[in-house]
Amino acid sequence: MKRILSTALLATALPFAANSFAADYTIDTKGAHAAINFSVSHLGYGWVVGRFNEFEGTFSYDPEKPDESSVEVTIDTSSIDSNHAERDKHLRGGDFLDVDKHAEATFKSTSFKVSDDKKATLVGDLTLHGVTKPVTIDVAISGMGKDPWGSERAGFSGTTSINLTDYGIKNILGPVSETIDLNLYIEGVKKK
Amino acid sequence: MALLMVSLFAVGLYMTDLGYYDSLYHVLPWWHKSFGLLVMGLLLFRIIWKISNTKPAALPTHKPWEVTLATWTHRALYVLIFLIGISGYLISTAKGKGIEFFDWFEVPAFQELSADATDLVGEIHFYLAWSLILLAAAHAAAALKHHFIDRDDTLKHMTFRKQR
Repeated sequence: MKRILSTALLATALPFAANSFAADYTIDTKGAHAAINFSVSHLGYGWVVGRFNEFEGTFSYDPEKPDESSVEVTIDTSSIDSNHAERDKHLRGGDFLDVDKHAEATFKSTSFKVSDDKKATLVGDLTLHGVTKPVTIDVAISGMGKDPWGSERAGFSGTTSINLTDYGIKNILGPVSETIDLNLYIEGVKKK
Repeated sequence: MALLMVSLFAVGLYMTDLGYYDSLYHVLPWWHKSFGLLVMGLLLFRIIWKISNTKPAALPTHKPWEVTLATWTHRALYVLIFLIGISGYLISTAKGKGIEFFDWFEVPAFQELSADATDLVGEIHFYLAWSLILLAAAHAAAALKHHFIDRDDTLKHMTFRKQR
């Protein structure tokens, strides 16, 4: 009886499995195989590098139909970490992220265009500090395949730059620190 | 100690509004933290002193309710100073790094705090500092009232001046 049931289940599940080749992935924040890092010029001489420790997201990617790919990420803005207690407190405050009012930043993709098998351009809406603007991210397709623990994974990295003032954040750091470079590392585990 | 704390309060308000390119941007918080730690040390010394020495007797002209009020005000001032010191320490050590005590040594961090907790402690630090300053001002006003209106020796008791 058990065997009949499981065969029946398998039979109904199979067509879906074949169809959903455009796989959905959960970004592996649990295993910390993803990172949202930023760097900002300090005085025009050096750099401040930081990260957002808490975020989550999903993406959909099919190497056969890459144009149908999409990604959504939600970032907990209060998790900003530049490895400096007082600076992080300042960054969370009203001068910068204002995390009491804007607890989340989100990114939702609108298009994904592959230029060759290792490179792509991702366009999407970034909502930060309550302001939504389109951003273009240069993507490097890192790789995909089976992992040693019974799942499948796909990985990407991306770079882009945003301007503080575009998102209604007053730039009190001076013109050299207006542009924030973002370095993004995403690895997803295929949903089963 | 009172003068130190009024300075800390003023500098605390001023330094948190400084622009990034202000030459005092790094210096003032550094002094604020060092002197804040110094006040905590002095507070400890003062409480030990208070316990191990006899308390100066209240003037016989003081009414019982005035003595009670003064006693509780003193206690409230000590508690406020202590809590302000602790909350300040918690803000600066939230990432597990210690605080420099002048150029002398570093007071280590014993804990780390989450972002939300650090921001809450920051609010507490701010409002407790205001409470302390207002309570101290009321206390000082009461002392001045004794000096100029009641014309007794209360203020002289509070300062270093010897009694007649």
